[in-house]
Amino acid sequence: MAKKIKFTDKTTKFLEKIMDLSGEQVTLCEQCGTCSGGCPFVEEMDINPSQIMRLVMLGQEEVMESQTMWLCASCYTCTIRCPRKLDLSKVSEALRQVKLREAVDNIDIAEIDAAEAVKLPTIALVGNFRKFTG
Amino acid sequence: MKIPYFPGCTMKTTAKNFEMSAIASAKKIGIEFVEIPRWNCCGVVSSLTSDDLMKHLAPVRNFLRVQEMNKAEAVSENRLLTLCSMCYNTLSLTNNRMKENADELQKINDFMHREDENYAGSVDVVHFLSILDEWGFDKLKIENPLKNLKVASYYGCMLLRPKEVGIDDPEAPQIMEKLVTAMGAESVEWDAKSRCCGSYHTVKNIDLVKKLVSGIINDARENGAEAIITSCPLCAFNLDVRQKEMAVKNSDFQTMPIFYFTQLLGIALGLEKSDLGLEFNAINPNEILKKYEKIKGAK
Amino acid sequence: METKKTGIYLCQCGGNISNTVDLPKVTEHLKKNNDDILVQEYSHMCSGKGQQLIIDDVKKHGLKKIVVASCSPHFHEKTFRGALKKAGLNPYVLEIANLREHCSWIHKDIPEIATEKAKDIVDASHSKAELDFALQEKKMQLGNEILVIGGGIAGIQTSLDLADSGKKVTLVEKLPTLGGMMAVLTKTFPTEDCAACIISPKMAAVTDHPNITLYTNAEILDIAGHRLHFEAKVKIHPRYIKSDIDMDQCLICNKCTEVCPVSQPNYWEQGVIDRKAIYIPAPHAIPYRYILDTENCSHFIDNSCSKCVDICPQQAIDFTQEEKIVDVAVDSVVVATGYDIFDAMRKPVFGYGKFKNVVTALEMERIVDHISEAEPPRKIGKRIAFVQCVGSRDEQIGNEYCSRVCCMYSVKLASLLKQAKPEKDIYIFYTDLRAFGKGYEEYYKRAQNMGIKFVRGKPSHFVENKINKKVTVTVEDTLSRNIIESDFDLVVLANGLEPNKASEIVADTLKLAKSDDGFFKEAHPKYKPVDTLVEGVFLAGVAQGPKDIPDTVTQASAAAARVIATLAQKEVPIDPILAFVHQDICDGCQKCLNACPPKAISINADGKAEVNEALCLGCGSCLESCPVEALDLHYYTNEQLYAEVSAALKFKKDNEKRIIVFADDNTTYRLIDACGVRKMKYTNYARVFRVPSVSRITPSLIEYAFAKGADAVFLGDSPVKASRFEWANAVTRKNMEVVAEKLKKLNIETDRLIFSQFEAKDLMKFISEINKLAELIDKLGSLSDEQKAKLER
Repeated sequence: MAKKIKFTDKTTKFLEKIMDLSGEQVTLCEQCGTCSGGCPFVEEMDINPSQIMRLVMLGQEEVMESQTMWLCASCYTCTIRCPRKLDLSKVSEALRQVKLREAVDNIDIAEIDAAEAVKLPTIALVGNFRKFTG
Repeated sequence: MKIPYFPGCTMKTTAKNFEMSAIASAKKIGIEFVEIPRWNCCGVVSSLTSDDLMKHLAPVRNFLRVQEMNKAEAVSENRLLTLCSMCYNTLSLTNNRMKENADELQKINDFMHREDENYAGSVDVVHFLSILDEWGFDKLKIENPLKNLKVASYYGCMLLRPKEVGIDDPEAPQIMEKLVTAMGAESVEWDAKSRCCGSYHTVKNIDLVKKLVSGIINDARENGAEAIITSCPLCAFNLDVRQKEMAVKNSDFQTMPIFYFTQLLGIALGLEKSDLGLEFNAINPNEILKKYEKIKGAK
Repeated sequence: METKKTGIYLCQCGGNISNTVDLPKVTEHLKKNNDDILVQEYSHMCSGKGQQLIIDDVKKHGLKKIVVASCSPHFHEKTFRGALKKAGLNPYVLEIANLREHCSWIHKDIPEIATEKAKDIVDASHSKAELDFALQEKKMQLGNEILVIGGGIAGIQTSLDLADSGKKVTLVEKLPTLGGMMAVLTKTFPTEDCAACIISPKMAAVTDHPNITLYTNAEILDIAGHRLHFEAKVKIHPRYIKSDIDMDQCLICNKCTEVCPVSQPNYWEQGVIDRKAIYIPAPHAIPYRYILDTENCSHFIDNSCSKCVDICPQQAIDFTQEEKIVDVAVDSVVVATGYDIFDAMRKPVFGYGKFKNVVTALEMERIVDHISEAEPPRKIGKRIAFVQCVGSRDEQIGNEYCSRVCCMYSVKLASLLKQAKPEKDIYIFYTDLRAFGKGYEEYYKRAQNMGIKFVRGKPSHFVENKINKKVTVTVEDTLSRNIIESDFDLVVLANGLEPNKASEIVADTLKLAKSDDGFFKEAHPKYKPVDTLVEGVFLAGVAQGPKDIPDTVTQASAAAARVIATLAQKEVPIDPILAFVHQDICDGCQKCLNACPPKAISINADGKAEVNEALCLGCGSCLESCPVEALDLHYYTNEQLYAEVSAALKFKKDNEKRIIVFADDNTTYRLIDACGVRKMKYTNYARVFRVPSVSRITPSLIEYAFAKGADAVFLGDSPVKASRFEWANAVTRKNMEVVAEKLKKLNIETDRLIFSQFEAKDLMKFISEINKLAELIDKLGSLSDEQKAKLER
């Protein structure tokens, strides 16, 4: 069922907030799909990276509920291919930060199995906490 | 060459064997790693928002140490060497940002008022692979050529992307392949060499990482590889440990040994096996290394 | 009626000037300080009424000199010179005081300071005008000769149009046959008529035309000259075949080709079919003659083969032929150098050159051309993908622009393929499908109607299957948001168009400007689309920017028409702003003889220096070589520049700061104008004077400016690569050193003197440098009276 979109000051503000935080001019996206086609995580994503760009441009805050930004591991594959030289890694980071700054963590550290944690390289744990906790 | 060396957390913990083999190989070549004093976290994973200066403080502190070492003439290089790809990437991104943005650097320097001096933005970050390339792969004294060993070079993400910090062409890198050829082994061309291994998702999303890892291992095998080399302790963990777990669960799973690049380099340079920490690798490499009878200390 | 010597006209420019500058105050100032002047304020001096005002005043008051204080001279100097002519005055007793671009538009927020600055500007122009004298414009005769560079469809069309109108054309083509890229194409969109059938008759017409001299297998080495007189050096490479001019002529029996053991990919077949080392490029080649490829011929490599020579019944093969250099003198040049297709190897992710079944669209032209043959040279499978925007609209490889033809040629190739082989399953992956030309949308629809599938998404990833060599393409269908990961038997890359690398020599030698996309820049995108900024040089075809065949032919004819219109003037005035010698001052020391690279200065019968006006380019670089200031430059004489600088500084107050800016007319002055047009603010200390080149600014003039109260002097000129006067900047640097030495001796900071080079786009650079200089002199303060006195002439 199609959703109705109304453009308001709120939609514009959301776009501007993400553009500010990411430093990326999201309105430049021409929706060519290069990012989605090359994304190593796209099969796991509920919406594709190119859709994230679209929804941000349309100012749709529902994009925050998508898991896509949490799956993005800043591998920069899209970054080096975007024909408009947009850095989607930065847009994902901005979206994550919006959540994390509301003190909403994406993982519960207590749930990590202790035996597993010992085995893990330190850098994996540090990386994980920096991306998933505020 | 006496070069300032930044180990980072993992080289001192789960990847000790990588550091060991790297330092030993470097020594054999004539490069001395001088570990920087009072190093702290590289800042991983690099923060990507525009208003996050605080998160770039850690890497800058490390650069200050290099600056001080140079002043004291304790080293011969104003470059900071890393072994870990993630450290390389994080340090480089911050360093670039500081070099391009005098205002931000000023703010960070102001914040670090207890330091003796300001960071001037003159240090460069370099990965050991680039140092070897610069040294000249053809000049390496290969005592024990790895004849007929088919090796796939796995770059992952952090050595190549984004383009500004990449050590080689991000879509068609060749630096590790050149090393493989120099070691007397056979370099395999494959598709997955710069495909993400799943990175830190290995903490909570193990199934996802396993899926990516099996895709990478399969691609290497389909292209005829017998072993994979990598330059990142996190990639190595995912490819090695997660692979082993899959093999344990599924007896049909054909394993492929994963090496840190200096482990193979060490063999080729004729180092003692005890210098290379091969016993810590999850997938047992002894089977494919048997071919190289000349290895000193090999059973 | 009262007679006055000089008329000064203050233009309000419909408020553009008068809303900021208080013109009545300027009038008052002028009247207070001068007797023999007439001052008028008017709303639009450039209008017919405004010009008439001048004409009437000249008659009424017997005016001898005119100053118009208005917009930049680059807008209306010509207009007012025309008015002076009508009034019976010499057009060179006119000065334009630039109040709009250099004052009112950049100082909107400081009207009082702007008004003071306006006074300085008008005073300076006025004092210069007082010293203006009549200059005679000599005429240059125009001939009938045109050089056309590039023998593709653009160069062919221009040449034919020119030749048909009676002009004499020399057409130079780099390759051994005419036809350019069009000779490689199969059919053309949207009509699907065959490319060779359209172009072949035109190619033949070129060789048949009595007014066209054709050099194929030839290249431009150098083009000297300027302004409707050019001398080109053309190198003609040998074909190693005796032509019909020679005694032993080739009969085209083909025995040489048959016997040649070498096999190489044929360019005109894009490697789909091979050729020999001795070969005729294409069936429709013009001239239809053999050529020997020395890079691959075994005789030239190691002297191991002479089969062709042995078999030739006419002994027409001559390994000893050498290249020839031909000099061509022409009145105009048309640059029709076309394009290179984007090298897909620069995008390794597409697999071109690595994967067997990834081809370029140009290769596909040839594949499709042979598709209906019983034994096509290249077999293709069933499922075919076209990938759009390869090397176009891709900032990762630095090409921001759209190549304009790829959408339609892919539609064409797919359509032709589908018509010939309906069983083919064809997909076109695009980002935006641009079908903008006449009949193009309809053609696109026909392709859709044939069952060709258009998928909106740019492929991200390509993998070759090691066994069956199929290519797996991964792409998001951005409309359904599914990820397509599908195998194709053939992937066709729609490569974009890039500037022809071989045209670099033409660009360098003619000093042609380039647009951001790297293609040649037209004089104006709207009203001068085929002219260049170099008078007498025109553009045709893709050399100016990507375009399809209809647009190319249109532009080629337009270029021909522009040449015809230009040469129809029969003669053009020579700018009289040239160097001259004050014969009464010259002492015959001959120091100037080596100071003129075009060698325009010689010694006359009286033993004094003399300037040859046909050779002088009017740069003024020679002036500094004359120890007695006998060498001078018309319209920018020493006396005039001293007067101008002095007038601009006359009313400077002690607490004020001034920067005297000398700007070369071609780049820096225009760039400062452009800052004004964009209302970009910069320091109000600047007083700008234009000169043909700042190499004209002698050390004593710079010292004089400091002596008269300038706190800094700023010189701006074009960089060597964009300058008509390649030697000028070296002269300027030398002059700068002389002044710097002197400043040092007087303990004056040498940072007060700046020489900088600008390209047309460097607006921000100028503003940042001039503002920095202003900050510096704020810090340093003014020179002492003692220092100033020591710098006095």
